[in-house]
Amino acid sequence: MSILHTVNKTPFERNSLDSCLKFASPGASVLMIEDGVYAAMTGTEAEARVQAALGTVSIYALGPDLKARGIGEDRLIEGIQVVDYAGFVDLATQNDKVQAWL
Amino acid sequence: MSEVVKKFLYLNRKAPYGTIYAWESLEVVLIGAAFDQEVRLLFVDDGVYQLVKGQDTRGIGMKNFSPTYRTLGDYEVKSVYVDQASLEARGLTQDDLVAIAWEDWETEEEIENIVEVVDAARVSELMDESDVIFSF
Repeated sequence: MSILHTVNKTPFERNSLDSCLKFASPGASVLMIEDGVYAAMTGTEAEARVQAALGTVSIYALGPDLKARGIGEDRLIEGIQVVDYAGFVDLATQNDKVQAWL
Repeated sequence: MSEVVKKFLYLNRKAPYGTIYAWESLEVVLIGAAFDQEVRLLFVDDGVYQLVKGQDTRGIGMKNFSPTYRTLGDYEVKSVYVDQASLEARGLTQDDLVAIAWEDWETEEEIENIVEVVDAARVSELMDESDVIFSF
């Protein structure tokens, strides 16, 4: 029973990402969307937590949300995969359910 | 115009696009510019994301209001402050931020970039010095 987790808040404003990473099972997919994509950047105070999670879950970031916020793909943590809206739909259909960490 | 000039501080703490706060703040700044007050903008916490350059919102179907920040110098805004610690926590430096030029039309005094990165003590001071604080 696989779950797609979405996170749409910055890791500095809320604990949505931390809760997500704490409860996501190994092998789960985590998709950063909206303000959640700021956590995909290197050099932030959240980077170590994201790096650690990459060992057990797959992490994705929504491309259009990265572009809107001026985050170049050269600034992303290695291992995070960028998806477009079609990729978002694929992730939703590939998993049994979606949990949104608001 | 009114003879009493007050110091207005706009304190911005939210990332753009995820919520409406950043856009609303900008609207109020532009409207307030008509009243000849001393206007300062301060960006702390996620608010520093508002000034990140290279924003392109075509993919999310929202208005890209970031170019407006670069024009603030034309709206009587002479001071824009960014909290250093907020930048560092987010892996950002001043190089990641837009530059805002300012020019006095009468004296032709020019400032290439009015965006100033400041420490926490200066942030406290800016708040203490202000007559009015608008929180976004």
